Order: sequence, then C-alpha cells, then structure tokens
Amino acid sequence: MTKVRVATVWFSGCAGCHMSFLDLDELLIDLAERIEIVKSPVVDTKEFPENVDVTLIEGAIANEEHYELVREIRERSKIVIAMGDCAVTGNVPSMRNGISVNELLEGVYGNERTTTGTIPNEVVPTLLARVRPVHEVIHVDYFLHGCPPPAAVIGKALLALLDGKTPELVGRDLKFG
Amino acid sequence: MKEILIRIDGKEVSAPAGSTILEVAKQQGIPIPTLCHLDGLSDIGACRMCIVDVGGKIVTSCTTKIAEGMEVITNSDRLAELRRLNLELIFAERNHVCSMCVSNNHCELQDLACDLGMQHVEVPYAYPRLSLDASHPKFIIDQNRCILCGRCVRVCAEVEGAHVWGIAGRGSEARVITELGIDWGDAEMCTDCGKCVQVCPTGAIVEKGKAAAEMEKHPELVTTLKERREND
Repeated sequence: MTKVRVATVWFSGCAGCHMSFLDLDELLIDLAERIEIVKSPVVDTKEFPENVDVTLIEGAIANEEHYELVREIRERSKIVIAMGDCAVTGNVPSMRNGISVNELLEGVYGNERTTTGTIPNEVVPTLLARVRPVHEVIHVDYFLHGCPPPAAVIGKALLALLDGKTPELVGRDLKFG
Repeated sequence: MKEILIRIDGKEVSAPAGSTILEVAKQQGIPIPTLCHLDGLSDIGACRMCIVDVGGKIVTSCTTKIAEGMEVITNSDRLAELRRLNLELIFAERNHVCSMCVSNNHCELQDLACDLGMQHVEVPYAYPRLSLDASHPKFIIDQNRCILCGRCVRVCAEVEGAHVWGIAGRGSEARVITELGIDWGDAEMCTDCGKCVQVCPTGAIVEKGKAAAEMEKHPELVTTLKERREND
C-alpha cells in the first residue's frame, strides 16, 4: 500500500502544536503504517517536497520566509490544514500587530537593551508589517482550533482524511485557546 | 393580560402581549444564540446574535415584541450565515487571544464560536491598539477583549444604581468608560460591588490576580438578585 505523504511545518508558533501531535501516543504507531512524514521539523529535509498529500501548518505567517514558503507549500500540497490558534487566528504572535515593526525592534533591541546594541538584520528573515493567519495568505482546507489543538482533534482530522472523509469538526473541537 | 397568537418555526403559540420574541422562544424551548442579553437586565439589541426572520425581515428577537399573526423563523441557512458573519466581525474588531486570556474556557464569546461552528474568521482582523485600565484596586478593564455588549453599563445602572459605566464614541471607536472617561480607580461613584465583572461575557472586565483561564464568572447571580428583589 502506498503511504499517504504527510508534511508538518513550523512557522511563528511555540512548537506546542507539534508536541500535541506527538501526544497522539499509540495512535502514532497505527499512523506510521499508513503515512510517511516527508517533511517536518523532526525530519532532516531542507526543501519542501513535491506531491505532498496533507500538510499541517503550525504557526502564523510572521516574516518574509514564511510568506514565500507557505505559498510553495500550497502549490505542492493537496490538502493544507491550519493546525492551532497561531495558524488559524494569529494568536500570540499577532499581539505585536498594533505596534509598527520599527517600534517593536527598537523596543526589544534598541537603547542598549542588548550587549551589541544593534537590531539584527542579517541571516534572520525580515518581519512582515503584520503577523497574519495562514488563510489570509493561502487557501486553507481545514482548521484545527486550540492552543494547542488537543491530540484527539488532530487524530480525528487525520483519521477522517485517511479514510477519504471530510473531518467533522464541531462543538468543542472548535474551541480556541 | 391580553394573549397574542404567533407562529414560531411553524408552531402556533400564544403569549402575553408585550413579550419579546426571545422570551416566547425560550418558553417554547427553542434555542436562540444570545450574547448581550442577560435575564434580569433590559435588552438593547447590541450584539445582533439573536436575530430571527420575521416575514423575510431580519430583526433582533430580544428587542422585538410579538404582534398578532407574526410569523417567526428562528433558524435557517441565512440566519446561521448572518450570525456567523456577525460573530466573525466581533472577533475581528478587537484583540481576542483566547490562549492568553484569564477567561479562557469560561467565556461566552468563545462558547458561541463553538456553538455556531465558526471555522475561522474570514473578515480581516483589525488589530487595534487598545488600552487597559488597572487603576481600580480590585478590577481591570481590558478594552482588547470588550465586545461592547453593554452589560456592565446596564447592571451598574439598573441593578446597582451607581451609573459608573457608559459608552463613549461611535462604531469601531466606541469604548466602555467609567465616569465620563476618567480612570476607574478615580471613579467615586463606583461601589466596588463587582457586578460588572460577573456579567461581562468575556475577559474584558475581570478581577485582578487571575492568570490565564482562572477567571470564572457568575452572571446568573445578577439574574437571581433581580428576581428576588421583584418577588419581595
């Protein structure tokens, strides 16, 4: 049986959603029979692969790298799932949105707040003016709410998709926070 | 009292003249989502969640009184869509970050998003920069989480009789204020009773010293208080 190609990515978030994914516990063993993780923070692949069946996105779109990569991910994935409140609403990362990027960087790195006294502008990607939920940048097929989404909700969505069904996310499955 | 005959979701019912559609629906066990409504306070139709269809016209059921022969539909695809859009607009207007909120897991706005099946907020978030007033010794008002339901204004005026709370500004610029816009801590009319805290449906008006998800409220206390006063 060909395995379903699943990717997970980590944008502006705390990795808590990935932790919740690992909290699937013994279900991970069953899933391993049916899916192959082709790209993930725990898989050492540099490029986002082609022909991915399902991509789970943790985190909001906060910088130029996220912005480029998420569009590439959309092109290469059949189904895209926003996993967790940062991806779905912007959540904590978006709390900076009422502040301009300059004011923010000055506040954190300016006025001799760091030993070097400079604002980092090399190697790290440039911040977007506003942190955005994933669906504001690309089309998202399903939304997993929660900070993090309970493992049961992630499992429910994945198992439904593996069975060729639409995940039925209702009631408390949709609780933010 | 004169009884009036109306049809609600196809069912013919009679209710006393002067009843609102919401009251009649409740008596009939027909659920209508509400947010600014609280039993014991007057109704102002602020949140627009309780909309129903009366002969093709969309009205707020909490402020619309029944009339002879009225045909009411409480649930349809159109109503569900409008309620969900309305809810999205409420979420998008301020900064509701459930995970960091003291009212997480005990929030009427959060519950409504579950009940109405809001998958995500399609309208763009406004991300306004808003203030927080912690000048009161016991309580905090965080404008980021206020949905302008006006329960604080009504409970303070109608139940406590202190008239501390008001609403200033219009539209998205509207803000709940204490005593014509002075700091809450300087508001001399405030009796520190905390009724505004208990009725606030979100984490906007809260007790100090609470961490995320620790703020549980009891708006039903105000309902009970009002009932007992009326029955005495």
